[in-house]
Amino acid sequence: MGCERWGDKLGAYADGELDRADANAVGLHLRECAVCAADVLDQVQMKRSVQMAGRRYSASTDLRNRVRELVASKPRRQTGRLWKILLIPALAVLILSVAVSLYVKRESARRHGVYSELADLHVAALASATPVDVLSTDRHTVKPWFQGKIPFSFNLPELQGSEFTLVGGRVTYLAQTPGAHLIYQVRKHEVSVFIFQDRGEETASLPSGPVHVLSFNVENWSQNGLRYFVVGDVGSEDIEGLSRLLRAAG
Amino acid sequence: MPAATFEDLAMPLFDQLYNFARWLTQDTTEAEDLVQETYTKALRGFSSFQAGTNFRAWMYRILRNSFLSSRTGLRTTIPINTEEDEMLLPANSTTPESVLIEQADRETVQHALADLPVPFREILLLCEVEEMSYQEIAETLTVPMGTVMSRLFRARRALRDLLRNKNEEGRHGL
Repeated sequence: MGCERWGDKLGAYADGELDRADANAVGLHLRECAVCAADVLDQVQMKRSVQMAGRRYSASTDLRNRVRELVASKPRRQTGRLWKILLIPALAVLILSVAVSLYVKRESARRHGVYSELADLHVAALASATPVDVLSTDRHTVKPWFQGKIPFSFNLPELQGSEFTLVGGRVTYLAQTPGAHLIYQVRKHEVSVFIFQDRGEETASLPSGPVHVLSFNVENWSQNGLRYFVVGDVGSEDIEGLSRLLRAAG
Repeated sequence: MPAATFEDLAMPLFDQLYNFARWLTQDTTEAEDLVQETYTKALRGFSSFQAGTNFRAWMYRILRNSFLSSRTGLRTTIPINTEEDEMLLPANSTTPESVLIEQADRETVQHALADLPVPFREILLLCEVEEMSYQEIAETLTVPMGTVMSRLFRARRALRDLLRNKNEEGRHGL
């Protein structure tokens, strides 16, 4: 058909996503080409049908009230009142000291939160009927599988001569950030390796080193802009062993 | 200038978020839990939300990620290979299907939408029902714009196929 050059523009035209010049060009073409005009009409009708069909569900009053209560009970953001606080130095000192202690507590809670969430991800993956989305012991299969799924790349170690075997991998999320979740096996124990970009508030300021949380051993470190976490119920020497291999590869 | 409160920004999205959650989970109780979890997480993370960035996309992203890590989310999204999102965009669709769509009543489209794999269902809802721009969808799904366009194309094609099948089933059933 003679309209190939318009093919990829018609959908964007129906979606109102073309810039003015392209939209005008498509508009002119549609006046002359019945086939493309019918195509756009078809797409617009489809959009309308989905829109009508998609507006389907209404929340219960009970849920609305619960959420409203949850949201309304929280204080407003403080930015508008900041100047008042600055006018009262004594109050400022008090607030500062409270803030420091709150910060320390929050940091500690946040760290604990990150580790608990990772432990949850580890357990949830193992409990799942399909713990991994790419099942392969070959790092040259697993690594490319992540291409296009997460916004970064990483290296995996050669495991020959070690006790570890690669089981596979899956995409995971921590604090709304996508990352790689790899599962390794060592003497019938599964160990999770999580890799995220080291820029989120959740991970960037975590101190590196081993941690023991909820009966799991966790090691974490930052390398080349990535944050690695190794989580498992094996002994700390195994966690360290796998971490060493990953560090050497990264 | 008074800063907007979380409530000011988040409550107007309540109905849409619930509708989206209900479509994702296909279950009332799960949708209610998901919406409540979304508001709790968003409230907790609001201090780190950067003013000037897209609040709506941020809320939808939280809801979607919470769904993906839920039991139902893990179950329903694992078998789908969404990332065949190769940049194959359409040549013109060869058969105008206005007739097909005209014949498909609202309920049929709803059934077809519910039958779609989650990645296709969600992108159609974000584009058509929430009327998000490609840019907003890309932010919500944390994928590049090219992926939004190709996935949208594939989702629409899948929906058409389902509608066609349902149409044919209906005809044979008569």
